[in-house]
Amino acid sequence: MVNFGYTILPVHILDLDKADLNLAKAITFDEPSFKLCIACGSCSATCTAGTFTKFSFRQMCHHIKRGESTQAIDESEKCMLCGKCTLACPRNVNTRNIIRLVRKAKQTL
Amino acid sequence: MNKTVAVIGGGVAGLETSIQLEKLGYNVYLFEKNSQLGGHAEKWDRLFPSRRHASEVIDSLKNRINNVQINLATQVNDIKRENGAFLVDANGKSQKVDAIVLTTGFELFPANKKEEYGYGIFENVITSAELESMFSSNGKPQMVDGNTPTKVAFIHCVGSRDEKVNRPYCSKVCCVTAVKQAIEVKEALPSSEVYCLYMDLRMFGPGYEDLYKDAQVKGVTFIRGRLSETSELEGGRVLIKAEDTLSSKPLKISVDMVILMVGMSPLPSTEKLLKNLELEPNNDGFIQVKDYHLEPTHTKAEGVFVAGACTGPNNITDSVNAAHSAALEVHKYLTSK
Repeated sequence: MVNFGYTILPVHILDLDKADLNLAKAITFDEPSFKLCIACGSCSATCTAGTFTKFSFRQMCHHIKRGESTQAIDESEKCMLCGKCTLACPRNVNTRNIIRLVRKAKQTL
Repeated sequence: MNKTVAVIGGGVAGLETSIQLEKLGYNVYLFEKNSQLGGHAEKWDRLFPSRRHASEVIDSLKNRINNVQINLATQVNDIKRENGAFLVDANGKSQKVDAIVLTTGFELFPANKKEEYGYGIFENVITSAELESMFSSNGKPQMVDGNTPTKVAFIHCVGSRDEKVNRPYCSKVCCVTAVKQAIEVKEALPSSEVYCLYMDLRMFGPGYEDLYKDAQVKGVTFIRGRLSETSELEGGRVLIKAEDTLSSKPLKISVDMVILMVGMSPLPSTEKLLKNLELEPNNDGFIQVKDYHLEPTHTKAEGVFVAGACTGPNNITDSVNAAHSAALEVHKYLTSK
């Protein structure tokens, strides 16, 4: 076969038919408040770590819910567990426990 | 026919209920705790979505009242049942009536409860109601030092959708009010920069989405993220922080003025009346109606009806509709008695 130098681009689409939502399910089981986020960004806006490094707790949760768990697990390392986000959340999501569960998932992977 | 009805609260719902009951031939006693009729709308400059003057609506309501016994500056303290009728105690006097319509309305969320937003601490952090007063008196917003602001930020959902202040519900009228006021600031001060910090824009009513589009055309900047905190800068300016959730980055802007879109909260004095009538508030603290879908102006107590924002956040149209419905239900109740 003649190589024309063309390649197929990797698919840049969230394919929910193939998404691996096991981490989302596991976190929801242990911390049901994970489901309650309304994506207001109060957590990330108050986040001490997020001021200095690219870290958004809200985005991390969203990655998990769309099956992008690897990204989320790496992100969770940036949290300093200060708990300001828990104080700010208007839906009383237990944010610190979510970080703890994501980190626990990393150990079992 | 000499049957009498007490309408408690002289805002939009109370006025419209009184008008309808009067037309149906009842003796109406209207009790208003303030020294004037019109409720919150009386203090508003212009209404969404048409931006007509609120006074047009309030004056129309007041003008259509003829033979209602209006009791101003009269707080109803107690309501008792007596032989199938009611005794309404107010200002040391007792009035016997055959039915009750509660139209006690709401209070604006006390913005100082959200301490991190700086209301009552930083002088240029004001509420949406205070901005309306500025439009009424000056036609434009003004900073405390008398200067005209060049950057203004509207903060949506203050005392709405927030379990941290025990207000988990959506107040539903603040979104469109913010958009209306943002347009008005832009029109009054064309060179100003205007921002709206929102979570969702709930433009549910006719003409609301048009207003949103108009705000975009006029150059209002919409930022999707909830305010986390304010701090004061030199000259009374205010620094606000949020997450720009669409770019997933923390965001800050310094502005001259912050407008808090305060939501509708249950009125504490209504709670006491509910106890007197052995009624319960709903989950949000407003009056529980008998059947949300089928009997939205009935309560579980016989002879006690409701209309307006005492049952939950309402716009003026909702209140007028509920008032018509309540008046008809009172009529059906009193004619079958």
